[in-house]
Amino acid sequence: MDKIYEILSGLHPELNFHDSEDFIKDGMLDSLDIVSLVSALEENYSILIDALDILPENFCSVEAIGKVVRKNGGEI
Amino acid sequence: MKAVFHNKKITGMLGILPQNEIFFEDEVNNYTFPPKQTIRLKKVMGYEKHRVVKSTTASSDFCLYGLNYMLQKGLIKREEIGAVVVVTTTPDHFIPPVSNIIQGKCGLGKETICIDISQGCVAFLIGLMQSFILLDHIGEKKVILFTTDTLSKKVSMKDRNSYPLIGDAAGITVIENDDTAKDIYFILYNDGTRGDALIIPAGGSRLACSTETAVMQDLENDGNLRSLNNLKMSGSEIFTFVQTEVPPLIEETIEYSRQSKDDIDWFLFHQPNKFMLKKLAEKLGVPYEKVPMNIVENFGNPSGASIPINIVHNLAKSVIDNTFNCCLSAFGAGLAWGAMTMELGRMKFCEMLISDC
Repeated sequence: MDKIYEILSGLHPELNFHDSEDFIKDGMLDSLDIVSLVSALEENYSILIDALDILPENFCSVEAIGKVVRKNGGEI
Repeated sequence: MKAVFHNKKITGMLGILPQNEIFFEDEVNNYTFPPKQTIRLKKVMGYEKHRVVKSTTASSDFCLYGLNYMLQKGLIKREEIGAVVVVTTTPDHFIPPVSNIIQGKCGLGKETICIDISQGCVAFLIGLMQSFILLDHIGEKKVILFTTDTLSKKVSMKDRNSYPLIGDAAGITVIENDDTAKDIYFILYNDGTRGDALIIPAGGSRLACSTETAVMQDLENDGNLRSLNNLKMSGSEIFTFVQTEVPPLIEETIEYSRQSKDDIDWFLFHQPNKFMLKKLAEKLGVPYEKVPMNIVENFGNPSGASIPINIVHNLAKSVIDNTFNCCLSAFGAGLAWGAMTMELGRMKFCEMLISDC
């Protein structure tokens, strides 16, 4: 999960993602952040994320993001 | 609705762009977000540059520029034009219709049919449908379809969700009867219950523009500043709508035309952004190379003109001498989504013009 935290910090160095239980509700990620995050995850894990998995609730926590990565063939 | 159109052909096409080209990197400081964070969107969304009209330009100016060019170059004669169909979300005025303005200013005959249709992203497909129907009733004459939008005037320059991708443009398409043309298959769906996902709240009869509606605010608490006079797009909702509804629609349309995806040379889609188009191609299982997705990075998303601009930019050199089996699809405001299979090719002209608009 450290790699996911690293990617998130790359997107928003000014935020501490360890302190949040819900990145969406806490306003840390908006829809364009999710697009950037998907792109970064695809690049880092050499996967293609299914379009129908790109829903805000699937990116609300590191655990949820990990689940999406695994579902699309990524190894964490 | 499902329909098959017989003996109809696109015989010419123009894309009309404004002169004014703006680079994304020059705009990053317009937004409330850190520039570095905004710049990251350049690659993934395809934000590079876009073209917007002058403050004095109206939608009909694009159409007149293009039609006058066609008349001067002899690409069409006034007496050949049976109908003018304009599809736009940004008419010059509520009254008179843009089609009547074009008819008057270009000196077209008084018997010319003039029709305006209010549609956004699916404008080209709706306009083609209307044009095909008209062609059954106007003998040997041709229909000129104008799809034109100047949406930059309706989008807040401080809205990072929408402004970097907006582009003003017009497409002019000549459609005529042709006994040798292959059948055209068309499927269209609408869901007005989700209309708020893409909306300009003020400026119509529901809520007139006023000093109150012009106040810039962070209405969604997302860092984007816009007023009720501006376009509001719910990015997540639109993305999910497109990825859920469009792939099955395209499969259904291709099956309806008794073809397979492998039979299609080009998937010519509306151009919302590169990321969405890549995901659509993946969902459909078709190679990126068959799905042009380079319009936003060059011109911005030209709304209703996106498919003509896509065709002119990517196929202009080859569509004069060759024919291609194409699947067109558009999706967005309404919400509406449609797909059409048709042969494109052997056009008399297919050109991009840079106007003084």
